[in-house]
Amino acid sequence: MTTAPAQAGWRFRQPSVIPGFGLTLGFSLTYLTLIILIPLSGLIWRSASLGWIDFWAIASDRRTINALKISFGTAFVAAAVNVVFGTLVAWVLVRYRFPGRRIVDAMVDLPFALPTAVAGIALTTLYAPNGWIGKLLMPLGIKVAYTPLGIVVALVFIGLPFVVRTVQPIMEEIDREVEEAAATLGASRFQIITRVLFPGLAPAIITGFSLAFARGVGEYGSVIFIAGNLPYKSEIAPLLIVIRLEEYNYPAATAIAAIMLALSFVMLLVVNLVQTWSRKRYG
Amino acid sequence: MADPEIKSYEPYHESRSAAVTESRPAQAVLMAIAFAFLGVFLLLPLIIVFHEALAKGIGAYVQALSEPDARSAIHLTLLVAAISVPLNVVFGISAAWAIAKFEFKGKAFLTTLIDLPFSVSPVISGLVYVLLFGAQGLLGDWLKGHGIQILFAVPGIVLATVFVTFPFVARELIPLMQEQGNGDEEAALSLGANGWQTFWYVTLPNIKWGLLYGVLLCNARAMGEFGAVSVVSGHIRGLTNTMPLHVEILYNEYNAVGAFAVASLLAGLALVTLVLKTLLEMRYGAELAATRGH
Repeated sequence: MTTAPAQAGWRFRQPSVIPGFGLTLGFSLTYLTLIILIPLSGLIWRSASLGWIDFWAIASDRRTINALKISFGTAFVAAAVNVVFGTLVAWVLVRYRFPGRRIVDAMVDLPFALPTAVAGIALTTLYAPNGWIGKLLMPLGIKVAYTPLGIVVALVFIGLPFVVRTVQPIMEEIDREVEEAAATLGASRFQIITRVLFPGLAPAIITGFSLAFARGVGEYGSVIFIAGNLPYKSEIAPLLIVIRLEEYNYPAATAIAAIMLALSFVMLLVVNLVQTWSRKRYG
Repeated sequence: MADPEIKSYEPYHESRSAAVTESRPAQAVLMAIAFAFLGVFLLLPLIIVFHEALAKGIGAYVQALSEPDARSAIHLTLLVAAISVPLNVVFGISAAWAIAKFEFKGKAFLTTLIDLPFSVSPVISGLVYVLLFGAQGLLGDWLKGHGIQILFAVPGIVLATVFVTFPFVARELIPLMQEQGNGDEEAALSLGANGWQTFWYVTLPNIKWGLLYGVLLCNARAMGEFGAVSVVSGHIRGLTNTMPLHVEILYNEYNAVGAFAVASLLAGLALVTLVLKTLLEMRYGAELAATRGH
């Protein structure tokens, strides 16, 4: 493919001596369309062809609503936990020097590399009533495995690197002179952190939160082992999709998937708005 | 990563007054909290995998891994990764070439579309193929008529794996190639190299570490994917069970040693991935800096 004859200033692409544009773009678009776009639009087409009445019946089913609430609720709590601890971990890694720092830094990526099913059975074994951690929490009356709290634990594991890896590079770029200036002007350390450092980090923290949240909402492998999967109590939306599929109830599976996609989309939109607002406010 | 920066920071560090860093006790407390958190959430799960796998001794461990179903799961996992990773490498290089080397309309939109699989639940990634190829699916009747089995067979597992690992290579290469610019390629072309020569002898050596980095992450996810593969595989023992699916089956049968033995192989893969990734970042940090993220 070469450029179309220039029509009054509009060009699909800028001229270049580098070859291969048609080949690489053509291949990429074909592959993208076959692997991602056609299958995804199949999902949208199937849920659209359900009709409003059927769709609403599935969406307003109590089990569906509970599963969605559990998925989004636990993902929200886990992302919030990760914002606190992830930011702290990033701070320790960026600001403090200690032996083994590199290893700790590399460890943070473990949840990216460890298969979710492995994380799932490992966490379940740890937090089961007779597990290493479960045994310690039992006398305190805290049950983690097979409860919604277990889902939160699994999602904290899954989401941690998203927050650390988003916040860390921004922290590394902070100009120490700003802090020194604030200190010479009489700000206390606490004031410097809350008034000077935090505003600069806020957009990165929000991005990290939304990445961890989005990942948590869709997470399946690590959660199903520890959740106990009681309908209405600890059954997540992705699991309900699988259950409906196993019942050959394709319309219900499709509808729940469509709702999840739509909710995630709205979520990301809200996060983007908050992001813009925080940039304006602090930027 | 942070190598050059450490050098410039260190001399200051000692003399930095309390006003621009936390007091010693505060530092100790913050570090203790961070380490405790990482220990409980990252280190303990890793330790327990190996602890449980070896709970009944090395003999039981080896036996669990040499069982026929475990071996066929290992074979299938390797096969699926061997097909899906190269596919995504070819796509990643091709997409990065088109996006980084040229200016065209709709580029930002295309880049967003490539990231799409990251924001879709793995279960939904599997579901879309069930809707397409399943018995009630859009192509279900046609496939049945022609005797082609995609779902509950290797092709379905490969497709689902390709879907979830789709962005990994492309998103490592795009920022890297954008930062490197077109200068080297233009020089090669002006000296008479053809397109393929330019790619093989100029571009590929420039991007090899970034490419390796992308392949590493892509492979780790391809071998470890659970949700998407679980939906399309049909869980046929010895036939369509990948390692993560086999872990689930053994675990649900209360065969803890078997489940954790297979899991320990996957955990080992994760550790090797992390080590190689860290080495790459240490040696070629500057080259990879543009792609730092995940």
